[in-house]
Amino acid sequence: MFFTAFSRPARTTFPLTAKDKETVKTFWAKISSNGAAIGADALSRMLVVYPQTKTYFSHWKDLSPGSAPVKKHGATVMSGVADAVAKIDDLTAGLLSLSELHAFTLRVDPSNFKILSHNILVVLAIMFPTDFTPEVHVAMDKFLAAVARALSEKYR
Amino acid sequence: MVKWTDFERATIQNIFSKINYDVVGPAALSRCLIVYPWTQRYFGGFGNLYNAAAITSNPKVAAHGKVVLAGLEKAVKNMDDIKTTYKELSVLHSEKLQVDPDNFNLLADCLTIVLAGQMGAAFTPEVHAAFQKFLAVVVASLRKQYL
Repeated sequence: MFFTAFSRPARTTFPLTAKDKETVKTFWAKISSNGAAIGADALSRMLVVYPQTKTYFSHWKDLSPGSAPVKKHGATVMSGVADAVAKIDDLTAGLLSLSELHAFTLRVDPSNFKILSHNILVVLAIMFPTDFTPEVHVAMDKFLAAVARALSEKYR
Repeated sequence: MVKWTDFERATIQNIFSKINYDVVGPAALSRCLIVYPWTQRYFGGFGNLYNAAAITSNPKVAAHGKVVLAGLEKAVKNMDDIKTTYKELSVLHSEKLQVDPDNFNLLADCLTIVLAGQMGAAFTPEVHAAFQKFLAVVVASLRKQYL
């Protein structure tokens, strides 16, 4: 089904400027207490909107939005993002073990990082419509791309 | 031919009947020009695009955002044959405007995010999926005449 496997263009990673990092840290400070909720919604939505991503979760009993495994895993993913914010000055070193996990154990195709990132941004727009300005959007988009890049480091 | 479920059809019609084209169009286009600044290459004649504030307040960007939404409305009114409806638009974008079709995905993503911000919790995963499918069909139809 071509429209569910909606191809995403390969986007290069752009280095984070000092301004980007500041913007990300400031925004994150505002929203971090909602981390688990953001993760749950982003993951729920990804599984519905991009059904090909369900292939990574065949071991879960329930893939429906807001289900227990989805909520739990959404929280896990966002605590990884929180960790990345703290290590924003050296994501490659900071996310080393997560990269190894994704490369050798989970073996998630890296195109899915972009898909999940997009869904996180959609949730941020829903939950924080006034704070998620175009300037914050571009900084967060770059940051999530940099996180994805760091996670892909060990793939090959 | 694309098959739409009743839910998808109703959702798309509902979304477009409720949004303010004069707000959503300009917001989506200006966000695209800010978040993906290389897209500015197609708007050399639009004047000041130097920073986010300039882009957001640029009247030509706003006017063009409305043009884009009006184009989307054509697809909403002809959901059962978007491909044919968009034939000339596709030729326009490929031959005259010479837009790299990968840019359609960038604008589509920005439009999704603007809509999500507007609709809030009403932009459920199911509504999001219907909108995503609609945009995928629109983008594929716009790409159709590229040779």
